[in-house]
Amino acid sequence: MNSGILMHPLVQLFLARFREFLRTPEAVFWSYVFPLVMMVALGLAFRTGDVPPVNVAIAQGTAEDQLAKVLEQRGGFEIIRGSNDDCRTALRSGKADVIVQLSESDQPTRFQYDAARPGGRDARNAVNNALQAEAGRRDPLQTEDVTATEPGGRYIDFLVPGLIGMGLMGGGVWGVGYAIVDMRIRRVLRRMLGTPMKKHHFIAAMMASRLVFMIPEIIVILILGWLMFGVVSYGGYLAVAMIVVLGAVEFSCIGLIIASRARTLEAVAGLMNLTMVPMWVGSGIFFSSERFPDLVQPLIRLLPLTPVISSLRLVMQEAAGPADILPQLAIMAGWAVVTFLTAVRIFRWD
Amino acid sequence: MTNAIECRSLTRTWPGNPPVEAVRGINLCVEQGSCFGVLGPNGAGKTTTIEICEGLVEATSGEALVLGRSWKTDGPAIREQIGISLQETRLSEKLTVLETLTLFRSFYSSGLEPDQAIEMVSLQEKQHARIRTLSGGQKQRVAVATALVGNPRLLFLDEPTTGLDPQSRREIWKIIADFRESGGTVLLTTHYMDEAERLCDRVAIFDHGQVLAEDSPRNLIRQLGAEHMVMFEVEGAQTPDPEFGAGLPGVISVRTESGTRCLSVSEVHVAVPALLAAIAEQNLRLTSLTTRQATLEDVFVHHAGRSLEDGSEEVKK
Ligand SMILES: Nc1ncnc2c1ncn2[C@@H]1O[C@H](COP(=O)(O)OP(=O)(O)OP(=O)(O)O)[C@@H](O)[C@H]1O
Ligand SMILES: [Mg+2]
Repeated sequence: MNSGILMHPLVQLFLARFREFLRTPEAVFWSYVFPLVMMVALGLAFRTGDVPPVNVAIAQGTAEDQLAKVLEQRGGFEIIRGSNDDCRTALRSGKADVIVQLSESDQPTRFQYDAARPGGRDARNAVNNALQAEAGRRDPLQTEDVTATEPGGRYIDFLVPGLIGMGLMGGGVWGVGYAIVDMRIRRVLRRMLGTPMKKHHFIAAMMASRLVFMIPEIIVILILGWLMFGVVSYGGYLAVAMIVVLGAVEFSCIGLIIASRARTLEAVAGLMNLTMVPMWVGSGIFFSSERFPDLVQPLIRLLPLTPVISSLRLVMQEAAGPADILPQLAIMAGWAVVTFLTAVRIFRWD
Repeated sequence: MTNAIECRSLTRTWPGNPPVEAVRGINLCVEQGSCFGVLGPNGAGKTTTIEICEGLVEATSGEALVLGRSWKTDGPAIREQIGISLQETRLSEKLTVLETLTLFRSFYSSGLEPDQAIEMVSLQEKQHARIRTLSGGQKQRVAVATALVGNPRLLFLDEPTTGLDPQSRREIWKIIADFRESGGTVLLTTHYMDEAERLCDRVAIFDHGQVLAEDSPRNLIRQLGAEHMVMFEVEGAQTPDPEFGAGLPGVISVRTESGTRCLSVSEVHVAVPALLAAIAEQNLRLTSLTTRQATLEDVFVHHAGRSLEDGSEEVKK
């Protein structure tokens, strides 16, 4: 055993954390495999390209068979047939987007759909257009459809930055928070306090080890997103790296403050959920946070996760450079500094 | 030569409802190179006192000087020279013995090589084993090794052998004896009277946050004036009056412990014949009669008026 850099307490504390992590297979699984499974599953589910068929339920009435034949010939429809009750069940459960009912000759054709559901109105219009054309309507204007399948504008391009943000948040908050409270419960913190160990070495090592776990996790997401879906960063990778590193620091600090006083795993888990749930919902991981009312927008922009995801999207989808994301970086740095300084002040060793 | 530890009128009150006065005016002096034992029942304030000396708990009043320094001004310097093992620590289960000791060694500016510390606690074969796979006694030896790895002058051990089997306890005793041989000072707490008698040069008997008695184990026993105990039982329903035996020659005091009458006697050869005669006179029938040397347990009973096992109940009242 030679001394030197290897025997520096920072290095040893870091190594201890690193080994503990590698020797906990479930921790490795949750932090590396889970985000990947999520990306692949969502990427496939929201695959763009071939336009999905419209699900139509044909209710009992007059000329059902004829109606079905017409829609089949026009193409693009998935037809469900059954009693009126069956049709309503299909609509309720989402198997059908719209119910069509053809009635006596002098009655109007009836469409039944849920206007609040995405796709309901689209389905109604598609069926209507098909039936109107069949009845002899001629469109005066020639049109052509081009679906958005270009890289950069697909759902998966939107999703990858969200998942990176989510990974950074979960990794930092859980990785730092849980580990510290566990050590407090085992009284290892107290034991270390009885040695000449410097407190800032301990805290720095906890955070540094987290950074080292998180960065490969993000790289794996980026590589797999590129290989499987062709997701790339149009603004280059320097800005992405800046966001990822600062984001990892930010969430490690938040993990630190969450764990700074908790004495039980229940308490720390509660605090973590309290912290993360608003961001899961509000910070736009899976859908744009712009959808929330204007009133709460300033609040949402200040959540620690929002600037991470929004700046990643700016860089990766809209080719923004480091200079364009300074406001977001500033918010992240602000969170990191404030939570770190507070955590160090209120930190409890036993 | 300065004392390794000097405590002057230490007190510590834990906040709560009602507040607990865990330590109520304790004075201790631990000479360099000695082994000092703190004995007492549960809740006597042993851990609180030792942790004040370790700089982990702040005294409500009074001060603990360690190696001639004050915690208020010289904390870091004291920590470099002491080694501690807490009453309860669970070291990281996923690290190996060697990794754990290397980690603790890195905190000290000078000290032993980690494998030297492992050798001191005879865990060479286990040095690459994860802590999780060790037995309770082996874990305790690792805990002691983490205290030794900084090559301390003063070792604090809070109940180092509680819950261990006799073999493991002897292993810990050997480590402590070796450490003392190399000139180290030890402050330990224990529930075991035999451990204190065997290891310690001086013993302080704690109860309710105060020192009941303090001296070498030998002197404490000698001061009882009765270095032997004679215990007997009589048949079934026959209960001699509570004072039976008190007036006999050589008998210093009498008490009853779960049906067994215990006499503290100065001279067995005088007391036993007199006792047998008295029993015959009252037509009682002996079912058992044993004698033994007085121990620190008897010292505790003498001072506290109750036996150690009853200790915790007494505290709750
Ligand atoms: N952190 C704490 N907060 C509140 N009360 C405490 C705390 N630590 C100890 N006490 C109380 O102080 C008293 C003395 O406790 P202490 O741990 O010093 O006893 P002890 O002699 O070490 O007992 P044991 O043999 O069980 O380890 C007890 O009544 C205990 O309940
Ligand atoms: Mg104790």
